[in-house]
Order: sequence, then C-alpha cells, then structure tokens
Amino acid sequence: MTHRLAVSSALALLAALALASVFIGVSDVTPATLWRGDGHARDLLTLSRLPRTVAILLAGASTAVAGVVMQLLVRNRFVEPSTVGTAESAGLGLLVVTIWAPAMALPGKIAVASGFALAGTALFLAVLRAVPLRSVVTVPLVGIMLGGVIGAGTAYLAFRYDLMQTLSSWLTGDFSGVMAGRFELLWLVGALTIVVYLVADRFTVVGLGKDTATSLGLGYRGVLALGLAVVSVTSAVVVVVVGALPFLGLVVPNVVSMLVGDNLRRSLPWVALGGAALVLVCDVLGRVIRHPFEIPIGVVMGVVGAAVFLWLLLRRAPDVG
Amino acid sequence: MSADLVRARPTSPAPLAPPPPAATQRRRERLVLLALGVLAIAVIAVYLVVNVRAGWAFVLPFRGRRVAAMVLVGVAIATSTVAFQTLTANRILTPSIMGFDALYQALQTALIFGLGSIAVVRIGQIAEFGLSAALMVGASLALFGSLFSSGRRSVHLVLLIGVVLGTGLRSVTALLQRLMEPSEFQVLVSRLFASFTAVDETLLALAAVVVSGCCAALWSIRRRLDVLALGRQMAVSLGVDHRRTTMLVLTLVTVLVSTSTALVGPITFFGLLVANLAYALAGTHRHAVTLPTAALLAVVTLVGGQAVLEHLLGAATVLSVVIEFLGGIVFIGMLVASGRRR
Repeated sequence: MTHRLAVSSALALLAALALASVFIGVSDVTPATLWRGDGHARDLLTLSRLPRTVAILLAGASTAVAGVVMQLLVRNRFVEPSTVGTAESAGLGLLVVTIWAPAMALPGKIAVASGFALAGTALFLAVLRAVPLRSVVTVPLVGIMLGGVIGAGTAYLAFRYDLMQTLSSWLTGDFSGVMAGRFELLWLVGALTIVVYLVADRFTVVGLGKDTATSLGLGYRGVLALGLAVVSVTSAVVVVVVGALPFLGLVVPNVVSMLVGDNLRRSLPWVALGGAALVLVCDVLGRVIRHPFEIPIGVVMGVVGAAVFLWLLLRRAPDVG
Repeated sequence: MSADLVRARPTSPAPLAPPPPAATQRRRERLVLLALGVLAIAVIAVYLVVNVRAGWAFVLPFRGRRVAAMVLVGVAIATSTVAFQTLTANRILTPSIMGFDALYQALQTALIFGLGSIAVVRIGQIAEFGLSAALMVGASLALFGSLFSSGRRSVHLVLLIGVVLGTGLRSVTALLQRLMEPSEFQVLVSRLFASFTAVDETLLALAAVVVSGCCAALWSIRRRLDVLALGRQMAVSLGVDHRRTTMLVLTLVTVLVSTSTALVGPITFFGLLVANLAYALAGTHRHAVTLPTAALLAVVTLVGGQAVLEHLLGAATVLSVVIEFLGGIVFIGMLVASGRRR
C-alpha cells in the first residue's frame, strides 16, 4: 500500500515537472498567453512543446526499462544498449538504409535498424557464450569495444558516402527536432514497456540464471528471445527518432536497485519513472544553460551518465573483480 | 684416466641445460632492429618519391612535413605505450584506452573556454603548449596516480574506469564546445583537429624537441624500467624507488601523449597494436630492445599504411578508421584471452 502511494506521488511529481517543461523555451508560451487565446502560442503548444515532452517521457522510460531487461538477461549490472553495441548496430542499420534505400518509409527504416540492433546484440551474446568471462567488469568492456568496432565500420561507410556529419547528428540524442507527426513511433516503445511489465516476473526468474530458471519450469529460450526483441526494437526506435541517450539504461536501474531491490515487478515503475525524470531534467538543463540556444541532450546525458557510472564503479570497487 | 676427465667435462652439463640461448637471442634482436630500421627508411623514401605529379620543390617539403609528423607521433605513441604497460604490468592497458587523449582535448577546450581565444593566441603556441602539458601532467597524476600506485584494484576495473572516464571527458569537451562563441570554436578546431595533412611547422619543431627529450629520458632509465616490470615488491626489494619512478614514468607518458594528441588528435588502438607486435617480434622484455623496436614498428606501420592508402587506394584520411577497426578486434581478442586465463 505504501509502495503504491509512493509510486503515485512520484508520478504526480513527474507530471508537475513535465508541465513546467512545457513552458520552457525561446518562444513565449505561458498559461497567460494561452488563456488570452493567442493562436500562435496554442499552435506552438500542440505542434512542438507537448510532442516534445511526450517524446521525452516515452524515450526516457523505455530506454531505462530496456536497460534493466538487458541487465537481467546478461546477468550483469553494467550492461545496457549503449555498452553492448546495440545502439551502434542500430545506427549502422539506419546508415545502410539511407545509402541503399533512401526512399524507404519510416517504419521500414525502423524495421531494418531493429534487425541490425538484434544482430548486434546477438553477436555480443555469442561472444559472451564463447568465453565465459567471470569478471563482472569484463563484460561491459567487451561490449563497449564491440560497439567501437561497429562504430568504426559505420564511420568508414559514412566517410565513403559523405555522410559523416549526418551520422554524428543522428547518433547524438536531441529532442529539438521533435514535432507533431515525427515522434508517434515512440508510442510503440511505450507499448513495449507495458509488455515488459506484464511478463516482469519471468524476467526476474531469468535473472536468476539459466539452470535455476529452467528448473523452475520457465521456457528460458522463449523469454530470452522476447527480452532481446524488446531491447533491440526499443533502442532502434529511440536511435531513429531522437538519437542515442548514453548511460541512461545503466544509471537509472542501478540506482533504483539500490533503493527498492531487484524484484522487477516492484522496481519497474520506479525504473520507468526515474528514466523519464532524468531525461526530462537533462533536457530542461540543455535548454536553460545556454538560453536561447540548445545543447543536445545526448551531450548532457554523456556528462551526467558517465559521472554516475564512475561513482557506481568506485563505490563497488572492493567487491568487483 | 685424464682423457676420460677431459671428455666428461664438456658433455656432463649438456643434458641438464639446453645450449644457452643468450647469443641467438641477441642475434635475433639485432636482426629485428636492423630489418625494421632499413624498412622504416625504405618506407619513408617510397612515401616521399612515389607518384609525384607536381614539381619536386612543392612535393618534397609538403610530404616531408607529413612524414615528420607521422614519425614523431609513431615514436611518441609507441614508447609511451610500452612504458605505460610496464608501469601497469599489463599488456591491455594503453594511455589512449585509459582516456589520456580525451583528457588532453578536454583541458585544451577548457583553456580556450576559460581564457578566451585572444589570450590563448597572444601567449603564443609554445607557451600555450607548455601550459596545457603542465595542466595535463597535474591532472593525470591526480586522476591516475592513485589508481595505479595502490595496486589493489583489478586491471579490468581500472580499464573500465578509464573507458568510462574517456567517454565522460569527450562529452565534457562536446558540452564546452557547444557553449563557446563560434569564433572561439574556430580557433579551437584549428588546435584540436589538426591532422597529418596540415601540420604547423612551429608545432612540429616543438614536438620534435619534446619527443626526443622524453625518449632520451626513457632510454636513460631503461634498466630501471626492466626492474619495474618485475612487479612492485621485487622492484622495491631490488632497490628501486617505486613511487618516484612511477610518477616519473607517468609524467613522461603524459607529455608524450599530449604531444601526439596535439599533433594529430586521438588514435585509440595504435599503441596497443604496435606494442604487442613489438613484444612478439623482439622475444624479450628488456626495454633496451622493446622501446626501439616498438618505435620503429610504429613508424613503418604508420608511414607504410599511409603510403598504401594514399598512393594505392586514394583514400588518405581513413587510416585512423582502419586502425580503430583492427585495433578494436585485437583488443576484444586479448580481453577474452585474459578473461579465460583468470
């Protein structure tokens, strides 16, 4: 009961934060101008400000949830789509579509990017399976380097086709381009988050390891495949629509796990809320620091996320090994 | 009787110990160094004279500057990596993987951001390089000194911390660059993104002085480095001031990395490739051999790779991407191998 109360009060806080973020920006959109029936302000609100806030909430919540799912599947606290090559693979897929089938519609692009993301994640898992790495920190290290190799391949391809600049602007997360009509696919990842919530208990059991999960009567491979699909599609959609949000899926689940533990059904609402809130705060920060210009959220997240990640690593230092 | 004794003396130790390998090993080292030296000169000559379309008076100085930059960068990266790996007793860690060059770029950006481009231009290139190198040494000693001298932490943890630190520093650099005035940003770009194609002459001369100074210093402590490689306890019991040597080596490495980053920007995996190849070729861990072998190997790979890409494939600027791709794969392989051994 207290849990439900806490979640709903956090939800209310997030709603207030979101409402405040709607009124932050270069153009003059305030409750007063809206009340006066200013048409310009109303258009701005419905075409730009509201879609942006919704996109932030959806992308933040779903990326954090994808992170926690991946941590359960790999059984390692330090993995997330941007530390195992999933996000880089999605970027490669997007680049391939842009070069060889530029006329393809957005759903097609997302399908290809998701396919690449899935393949990249599967490659990472294959590397892990080939070598049972016992050290907790080696797993994300291999993943980051795998992402680096995929990124170098992508950069070479982009260089050959003169798309370097396009590539870097895609891969840096940025919500300033979000408008009505250009973010609706994010509802899809919102729906995936609900799917995760429905099968949360299975993911928790998978997190106990293959043998335990199988002996408890769980179809291990099926749940693993579902989890991989959720993670890949989520990161592909987020990369295609807004760009990468580095470390988000790693930082939020770790902090939540310290506070409320590892039962996914219990912690999932907190992960989703925390992800949405962190992205919202970082985005508002990016809009305010250098007003009237904007700093892309990918950059702000990189600084904040790396700092928290380092803190997590050093905090656990004695028992990590 | 006496004939038996004479015959017995030389034959008796033979089954116990195989013929001493020292002589063949020395011969191998000399051969490797000689071959690499000849190869380096050949590659440089080929790069300079092949495919000349414009007049010699233009081509030779133009390519000469590039070759000089590549040689300096190659030597700096190779020697700093070998010294750093001795310091950390590990073949996977390199300064650039630990985020040293990201630190340099962040500091340089912060310098221009803090002082303004006019002040930075006014104090002159040499003073500015000195200032950023000094800042860099201070920052890296503060950041990494405690990480290495304690020796309690696992290598993989240190590595992950370095990688994450590098990512964070690159984000800080990007953030500061977004905050800058466009005119200041222009100045910064000309400082940070110099490449082999456009190297400034003053900087080149400065770098030559710094790199040869650091290399001479490393060469003069090569025997102490051999002892350091035996591990902290052994080194201390053999009479090496471990803490002071560590700080000295870390300082030299930092200055070398700053120089190469100032010349051409970050090349993450090059040092890893060259250093490990050098150990395999030299077949020894004596720094009198590994340091020059790695340096020559770096020159051969860098100039040779650039010559092949530029003259044969017509794609000059992608060398760093190729190195990144190959180096990443080698790095994963080494990580996996070291994970298996544990």
